[in-house]
Amino acid sequence: MDHGLKIVIVDESAIRAAILEEGLREAGFTQVVRIAEMNNLLARVYAVDPDVILIDLENPSRDVLEQMFQVSRAVRRPIAMFVDQSDTASIQASVDAGVSAYIVDGLKKERIKHILDMCISRFNAFSRLQGELDVAKSALEERKVIDRAKGILMKAKNLNEEAAYALLRKTAMNENKKIAEIAQSVLTAAELFK
Amino acid sequence: MSATDHRLRIGYIPLVDATALIVAVDKNFTADEGLDVDLVREVSWSNVRDKLNIGLFHAAHLLAPVAIASSLGIGHVRVPIAAPFVLGVNGNAITLTAGLHRLLSDACEGDLSDPMESAKALARVVQKRKQQGRDPLTFGMTFPFSNHNYQLRFWMAAGGVDPDEDVRLVVLPPPYMVESLASGHVDGFCVGAPWNSVAVDLGIGRILHFGCDLVARLSEKVLAVRQSYALDQPDIVSRLVRALARAADFSAVEDNHDEVAAILSAPHRIGVARDIIRGALDGRLRTARGGPVRTDKRYMLIGGGGVPRPDPVHAAWIYAQMVRWGQTPLSDDAMRDARAVYRPDLYDAALGLSDDDIPTDSIEAFAGPAFDAQNIAAYLPAWNIGRQG
Repeated sequence: MDHGLKIVIVDESAIRAAILEEGLREAGFTQVVRIAEMNNLLARVYAVDPDVILIDLENPSRDVLEQMFQVSRAVRRPIAMFVDQSDTASIQASVDAGVSAYIVDGLKKERIKHILDMCISRFNAFSRLQGELDVAKSALEERKVIDRAKGILMKAKNLNEEAAYALLRKTAMNENKKIAEIAQSVLTAAELFK
Repeated sequence: MSATDHRLRIGYIPLVDATALIVAVDKNFTADEGLDVDLVREVSWSNVRDKLNIGLFHAAHLLAPVAIASSLGIGHVRVPIAAPFVLGVNGNAITLTAGLHRLLSDACEGDLSDPMESAKALARVVQKRKQQGRDPLTFGMTFPFSNHNYQLRFWMAAGGVDPDEDVRLVVLPPPYMVESLASGHVDGFCVGAPWNSVAVDLGIGRILHFGCDLVARLSEKVLAVRQSYALDQPDIVSRLVRALARAADFSAVEDNHDEVAAILSAPHRIGVARDIIRGALDGRLRTARGGPVRTDKRYMLIGGGGVPRPDPVHAAWIYAQMVRWGQTPLSDDAMRDARAVYRPDLYDAALGLSDDDIPTDSIEAFAGPAFDAQNIAAYLPAWNIGRQG
């Protein structure tokens, strides 16, 4: 194992970078550096002098890293993208997950394959988490809308809470819509009648 | 539209030279050709290139030099690209901080608007900094394989500044350019529209030169497809070229510029103020805040007058820059492959043109010998500054 590899994570999302770093540490890679500041990125990366660089595909600074491919006097260690032509599945998987990896030229790609695999699965896990968070958030929003609609019905039709909710649910079923949608219509209508 | 619509995913970077692509889709010219296009806005050229390479995009708005580098396998995996349509000719500009602009103006012995004079002035400023033991000046450009990089180098080197030794060139994503100029991270940059005007409007930078001051006519962005895709789907490529040609011609008419600017300024397209986009389309750019407006019809060309027809001479010029700056060695095979990226044959086939109707274009640069696409080996040694061989 190459646990001595120095790995840089370039990600403006602190949570995702932390998840990635944790995964790498669990896998035994102790030399992990996170970079969240994009200003002077190249200098920051060179200061760490990493063997592997991981970057979020949604980060415009990917183009900055591409400059490292250029052999110049200032930079003596050209860096190549990990994935090559024989590795379409790997590219596809990393692009789908939204992560890209670069390695220092000369490092055999087999040696870091599991690093990328781990990153892909962590990136995917993060997206799932994000998705679940969004679902939870919208559920909370719906809850609020329904509560407000119930309140309006209770007042307007002199119903108790249970009856107000039953009315919303029945209407939703009849119209083949979600309760939250009916509740939203109640709010809109109430707004119009103000 | 018909039931047999082809779905296409096309990637682009939010820049004014994506005009033909955005107009073709938003005015339904692609739909009229039976194409259902999903335009995907991207954040980096690396992403656009990679997604085109692995087939996530059917086509892309791409830096012309990236299309060539990709075909030659320079700096990245080799994926042959075909460019049947030029989305934009010219469109870049060099912008400096007000401070550096003043230094150049003071050091200039002739007319600062003459790029040879401004380049010599830069050389004097650079020399003085060196004597004072100060850090070299830093310039931003958008990508290692970009005209922005080559134009900056071409300009500086003509005045005697070695772009690898005397200054620092750094890649910056276009949306970060203005901020980097404001923070002093860079002293100047070369970028496309709308970013020079954004810097000027904020009072952060002054436009020194339009790209067309340096090279009169240079293909900046192309529509790129994989060569294998062009081979397998000639009909779809033809339809796309026709839709783009219609959009480019529409966008070239000044009376339409208001409408085009409105389409482009939408938040989900380019998302920059209409006036700024309109200025770029018109070739009317303010060069300093509160300063005069400079008008040059050649500032950026989209459509009209054979502009979108790929000219392999442009590809040869770009390849010559790659060789000059040591990005790749000179070889006849690579030269042939670079030229072959530009596909006037596909353009002509789509539009029913014959190639003898069309005048060949020429590169007119402000410095050095006339560019001879047939004899790069003789052209290159004419330069004192370069990294070739």
